[in-house]
This record gives sequence, C-alpha cells and structure tokens, in this order.
Amino acid sequence: MKIAFTTKGTEWDSPMDPRFGRTDYFLIYNEENDELTSIDNTDVAEIAHGAGPRTVQKLFEQKPDVLITGNGPGGNAAMALKQGNIKIFTGAGTMTAKEAYEAYKNNSLEKI
Amino acid sequence: MKISIASGKGGTGKTTLATNLAYLLSQKSPVILADLDVEEPNSGFFIKGKEIHEKKVFRMIPEWDKEKCVLCGNCQRVCKFNAVIKLWEEVLVFNQLCHSCYACSELCPQNALPMKTYEVGKITEFEQNNLHFIEGKLNVGEEQAVPLIKETIDFTNHNYSSDILRIFDAPPGTSCPVIEATKSADYIILITEPTPFGLHDLKLAVEVMRELKKDFGVIINRYGIGNDDVVQYCEDERIPLLGKIPNMKKAAEAYSKGELLSEAIPEIRSAILDIIKNLQDREVLL
Repeated sequence: MKIAFTTKGTEWDSPMDPRFGRTDYFLIYNEENDELTSIDNTDVAEIAHGAGPRTVQKLFEQKPDVLITGNGPGGNAAMALKQGNIKIFTGAGTMTAKEAYEAYKNNSLEKI
Repeated sequence: MKISIASGKGGTGKTTLATNLAYLLSQKSPVILADLDVEEPNSGFFIKGKEIHEKKVFRMIPEWDKEKCVLCGNCQRVCKFNAVIKLWEEVLVFNQLCHSCYACSELCPQNALPMKTYEVGKITEFEQNNLHFIEGKLNVGEEQAVPLIKETIDFTNHNYSSDILRIFDAPPGTSCPVIEATKSADYIILITEPTPFGLHDLKLAVEVMRELKKDFGVIINRYGIGNDDVVQYCEDERIPLLGKIPNMKKAAEAYSKGELLSEAIPEIRSAILDIIKNLQDREVLL
C-alpha cells in the first residue's frame, strides 16, 4: 500500500497539516519497500483560487492507495478526488505523521 | 449620477441608507435603486414594489466532450484559475472556479471544450411610483458574484435613461464584488459604525476607493455607541463626514419588521434628509 499524509514537514515526526488543498507537503510512505518520500506543495500558497483541484493533481501523480489528512477535502478537491480509486481517512489533523500512521493501522481514523 | 453605497464591514447600514435615500429622493424625481449585494440582497425587504420583469442570468462555461478529447492537457495549462484539470483519462471542469475567459475552449486543438450557458442567478425589476428597484440575486451555491453584479448594472444602463439617478447597494468587504459595484459609480458613500471594527474596515474601504481614484464621503450609522475614533480619522484624513444616523433601539425593531426607517422613525428621517442636503451642497445630488 502507498499511503499519502498531508504534513507540515518531510519527516515521520512532522506534524500533520489539517488542510488538504493547502497542505504544505505530502509525505508518501510505501509499505512494500518501507520507503518514505515527500512532495513539496508550498507553491500552492501563491494560488488564490482552485488550490484543491491543483493539489489533487499533484497527489495523483504519486498514485497513492490511501490518503490520510485532517479536516477532509473541500468541495472542489472532493470532486476531483473521486476520480482516483483512493481511500480517504480524516481526523489526523493534530497528530504527527507517525501517530497518524499508527492511528490508521488501529482503525481509529474516520473513513470518508 | 451613480452613487454606490459601500462599507467595508458588513451590517453597518448599507441597505438602510440605500433604501431610505432612494425612497425619499423618489418622492421628488425618478430614482433607480439597484441591489448589487447579489449574494444576499435584502433591499427588497424594505421596498415593496410591483414586479414588472424577471430575467435569468447566464454565464458561459466549458463542457468537456470526451469523444473529441485526445487528453493533450493544453486546457489545464492555459487555465489560470485551476478550473479545468486533467486527471488520468478525464478532464474535469469546476464551474465555481471558472471565470468564463474562454482560453481552454478557444485553444483546444480538438474543439473538445465548447462553451455552454450556465444559469447563475436572476435580475428582477420592481416599480413603486417613481422608484425603480432592480435586484440581482445569485442562485444558491453559486460563488461568483461579479458577473451578476455586472449584468445588473448593465440592465439598468440598457433599460433606463442615463439622466436618472442611480443608487447602488453594494456588497460588504473590499474584494472583487465591491470593486465591480463601485468602479462605474461617480460617487461612493462609505457607511460605517463608530466602533473599532467599523473603523478598521473603513480604513480598508478608504484604501480601495483611493486606489480606484473615487470621490467619496463617510456616514456614521448607530452614532452614539463606541467612540469618536471614526470622526477623528475622517478629520485627520480630510474625508468628508456626510452625516450621522443615531443609534436607536426603535430603529432595530422597525428594521426587523421590514419597515422603512424614514417612515417609521422621525429622527432617522431627519438624519437622512440632512445627508441629502449635504450631498446637494456638495453637488453630488441635484
């Protein structure tokens, strides 16, 4: 499974970013080979409108199976996310990425 | 003459001023009152005219033709608003993000994004003696006010002689909808309340009006609450203070029943008549 986290940094200990469309980074964890990579999304700050769809596009390039985030995507992002066969879990906004991964493993996140 | 009534802060009395000003002025000569706060028009609560016309307003947005599309992605490259994106084998159009610029449609080599009409709201015209009331109203769920504000102003231009006084009830804030509702006006009235919030947002509105190089003045509503900082600010900045509308509990009660304050409360009527006099002295009104 390839798991994407919305984060404020690029490490396992980085805090989660509760926002989806305007997340600073994506942390991508590949469970198969235990590889952790990150995607910089900070340039989204310059976009006035349409951050959601733009971020979805960036996320989909990574072909993740699971997305773990905080508040959940907004309307436009949610519509775009439907195009990918991706499971979305919310409620991890105040955790670190590591804690969010553990919470996901323990089924304590909310699936939407 | 076109006068736009704006505020910065919401709930400071734009509609109260616009409706009462239009109503009192219409007793002498014809007046057009246009409610340009299209996301939440409420002048209509106070002006009870006879409906004479209703018109649907449309916007053009692209519609993806899957058969013609070769997924080249040119559309998403040219869209400045992220309203068209290609995801895998699909092109998605986000109506609420689209600014109807036609770039994706015109530059599509396959002609796979033809522009289609899309209903965004309506314009309704009412008549009460000499008062012509035009209301723009956005459909629920629509996010873009600017195209409908523009259409509502165009509607008054096409249907009425330019000699008739126009009063625009603008939306709150200082963003695109306010620019659209004020940029064609000859004079702007900024109405505020004498509180720190009122002053803070008044300053933002003043900055916008100066940027637009507009002639403007300030009215203080609910005068008597808060402090004198707004008066001081207007003096310091040499902004004309056009009048003060007193704070009265009776006014809030009458407002909540949809009564015109100039009819219900003599003190408010007299404050608005003073404002009219002041605008006449400044040759904003004839």
